Amino acid sequence: MLNIKKDQNGNALTIALEGRLDTTSAPELEAEVKAALEGVTELTFDINELQYISSAGLRVLLMAQKTMNKQGNMIVTGANEDIRDIFDVTGFTDILTIK
Amino acid sequence: MKTLCVAAEAGRLDEVLSFIGSCLEGTQCSPKVQMQLDVAVEEMFVNIACYAYEGSSLPDEERNAWIEAGMIDTDGVPCVRVTLKDKGIPYDPLAKEDPDITLSAEDRKVGGLGIFMVKKSMDHVAYEYKEGMNVFTMEKKLS
Repeated sequence: MLNIKKDQNGNALTIALEGRLDTTSAPELEAEVKAALEGVTELTFDINELQYISSAGLRVLLMAQKTMNKQGNMIVTGANEDIRDIFDVTGFTDILTIK
Repeated sequence: MKTLCVAAEAGRLDEVLSFIGSCLEGTQCSPKVQMQLDVAVEEMFVNIACYAYEGSSLPDEERNAWIEAGMIDTDGVPCVRVTLKDKGIPYDPLAKEDPDITLSAEDRKVGGLGIFMVKKSMDHVAYEYKEGMNVFTMEKKLS
């Protein structure tokens, strides 16, 4: 189960995720992100309430990062220790901006 | 060991993870290890669901995945063992080359991360093709 909350302020968009980002929920997030990024120059993923991420979720973050590399900045905030470990193991710590 | 047999469909993932959760009840499994096991089982089950029966002549009702889970003792340390089996085409996921995790976002490929995460997070992984089945086993120490 994943809850996705979007908060747009001009060209800045915050997407807050709550729950589990897995094979089941990743396609929904991917569709939401693709539909929302036009004109966005500052994208923030707030993952304070994200409990779980698998490779399907990492793929969506990578897709968003590739898009934002062309049109602005992207940051990821609030990763818990277990999710930080997954970012470390997969090298995502180096390609995402994690705060 | 308990066993679950489900149709090899990604939509059955929640059922598979509930089964793993029920096998861990009453053990001293930390939330971190539980998440690592869930991720590893998700990656391997979804691989079976997406690829194992591609091109297979088996009828739909036989396109299943079997998941066994339980506790074992490894040198006095409690350990969870999970085995996933399918009757699909022989495929050794451990033979796949690891992704280059030093590449930039632009050069990153989207595939191959799942099995890599499994190898990194589990204490032991093994594959064999036995009696017409792919058999993938993983073990994770609880302490």
